[in-house]
Amino acid sequence: MRPQVPQRMATALASHLNAITLGAPLALDSGKSLADVTLAYETYGELNADKSNAILIFHALTGDQFVAKTHPLTGKPGWWERMVGPGKPIDTDRFHVICANVIGSCIGSTGPASIGPDGKPYGMRFPVITIRDMVRAQVALLDTLGIGTLHAVVGGSMGGMQALSFAANFPGRTDRVLAIATTARHSAQNIAFHEVGRQAIMADPEWKGGDYYDGDGNGPEKGLSVARMAAHITYLSEAGLTDKFGRRLQDREEKSFGFDADFQVESYLRYQGLAFTTRFDANSYLFITRAMDYFDLAEEHGGLLADAFRDAGDTRFCVVSFDTDWLYPTAESRNFVHALNAVAAPVSFVELSAPFGHDSFLLECPALDRVIKGFVG
Amino acid sequence: MALRPDLAKIAELVPEGTRVLDVGCGEGELMEVLRRERHVDVRGLEIDPELVERCVSRGLSVVQGDADRDLADYPDASYDVAILSQTLQTAERPDYMLDQLLRIGQTAFVSFPNFAYWRMRFALLFKGRMPVTRHLPVSWYETQNIHHVTVDDFRQLIADKGVTVEGSWFFAGGREIGGGNANWRAEHAVFQLSR
Repeated sequence: MRPQVPQRMATALASHLNAITLGAPLALDSGKSLADVTLAYETYGELNADKSNAILIFHALTGDQFVAKTHPLTGKPGWWERMVGPGKPIDTDRFHVICANVIGSCIGSTGPASIGPDGKPYGMRFPVITIRDMVRAQVALLDTLGIGTLHAVVGGSMGGMQALSFAANFPGRTDRVLAIATTARHSAQNIAFHEVGRQAIMADPEWKGGDYYDGDGNGPEKGLSVARMAAHITYLSEAGLTDKFGRRLQDREEKSFGFDADFQVESYLRYQGLAFTTRFDANSYLFITRAMDYFDLAEEHGGLLADAFRDAGDTRFCVVSFDTDWLYPTAESRNFVHALNAVAAPVSFVELSAPFGHDSFLLECPALDRVIKGFVG
Repeated sequence: MALRPDLAKIAELVPEGTRVLDVGCGEGELMEVLRRERHVDVRGLEIDPELVERCVSRGLSVVQGDADRDLADYPDASYDVAILSQTLQTAERPDYMLDQLLRIGQTAFVSFPNFAYWRMRFALLFKGRMPVTRHLPVSWYETQNIHHVTVDDFRQLIADKGVTVEGSWFFAGGREIGGGNANWRAEHAVFQLSR
């Protein structure tokens, strides 16, 4: 197996990666194919004898397979430990939870930092991938693991896009689909914010056309950091930011009449941006945001969203949005709920009230716990 | 848990194995009985997110939405049966809601509290106050019932619309009563309608 993770992360990650390499090349939406695809994944809870209790969780843009395990790079708890674990809403005493790092990412699955067939990191020679390509790779993982029909697929944000794509493209492979804080297509505003992030990375001289892996430095850290700062704003609500920071000053009594991080919110964003660069690869950020921008489930199915779910049969859907999420607002959820209704799919939908904006699905929201527990069963 | 008598009557009348939409399904009591005892494929529409949450945790398929607005998104004749229980009087335009119901379902069940029930009349006549009863326990300023309706008013509306009454059932004091003088005697009414 060739190394899949950026050199600078390799040592910290090395002993923490469970991965398989797919036996066949992965055909991609672009028409290209990707050979020797490695998928890094984690599982939680025991698989039962008839392999009927598996739940596949799809992670979001910068997430990873460490749903309910301490992250080996940051030392922080898994990104959804509040939802997944023994006795939690997704109860690993009862379910076998699988979460794989998406292709294009950098935590062990094949991505732009991986070594290509010529012995050098792919960089920008990595093929542009789509949400459906990410899903195809994970279906291949399920095939390898011998899991036919899942109890449920679950995802928030980009994870929700994968859940919808899974339902549309692999009907019959899951009994339940839970899509949270997500959309069936990226809007102009969504694409616009992503483009700001990508341009910030590409404008960093350290990016070097994507070939920064062999240098001594850590690549376009400044650009990646700015990209994360811009994106992070879209994950929070205005009220949430006001509540948390207001116009309070950072470690000072008065404004400096300069460009230091005078305000707490500036300091917070700078910290978030910088911390992000220690666990994420800039090229991965480019490729995954591109995949999200290309996502349009209706377009993939002849322009009519309902046709995407035509074969969904008895698969049960549960859709959750948050009233303060302006990244993927409730209207986007209603859009695909209508499509599901149009094909008479058994669908539930609820807009929950939570103060944290798009990130609400990752934070304290007891109503979400109850909905997930109730739906997953 | 015993169903309210108007809901129990509807549950009894819904044909087995049909496709049913319960508009204003609350926490899904009727849906659960229909699923369990009538083996129907039942979906719900409910405006209150907490009630939707309870439905979802019972394994029911319920969409959060506002019947006044969202019924328009359901395709024509997509259900065999459409149910509107105790919701008509909360609609912005009950007449439009009936149209939607009969567009979506082949047949519709509508239940509502009868505002001409004798206890209501007495309350208004002798106390001179808007009635607050066991079934309409909320004061005038906070009630969601913005279009109070009587059995005779309802009959007039469906006659004006040319809608067919397939059947009607009346209830008082938690029991079914005969149809005679229903406008006086009934606390609740259930109508089955079709186009």
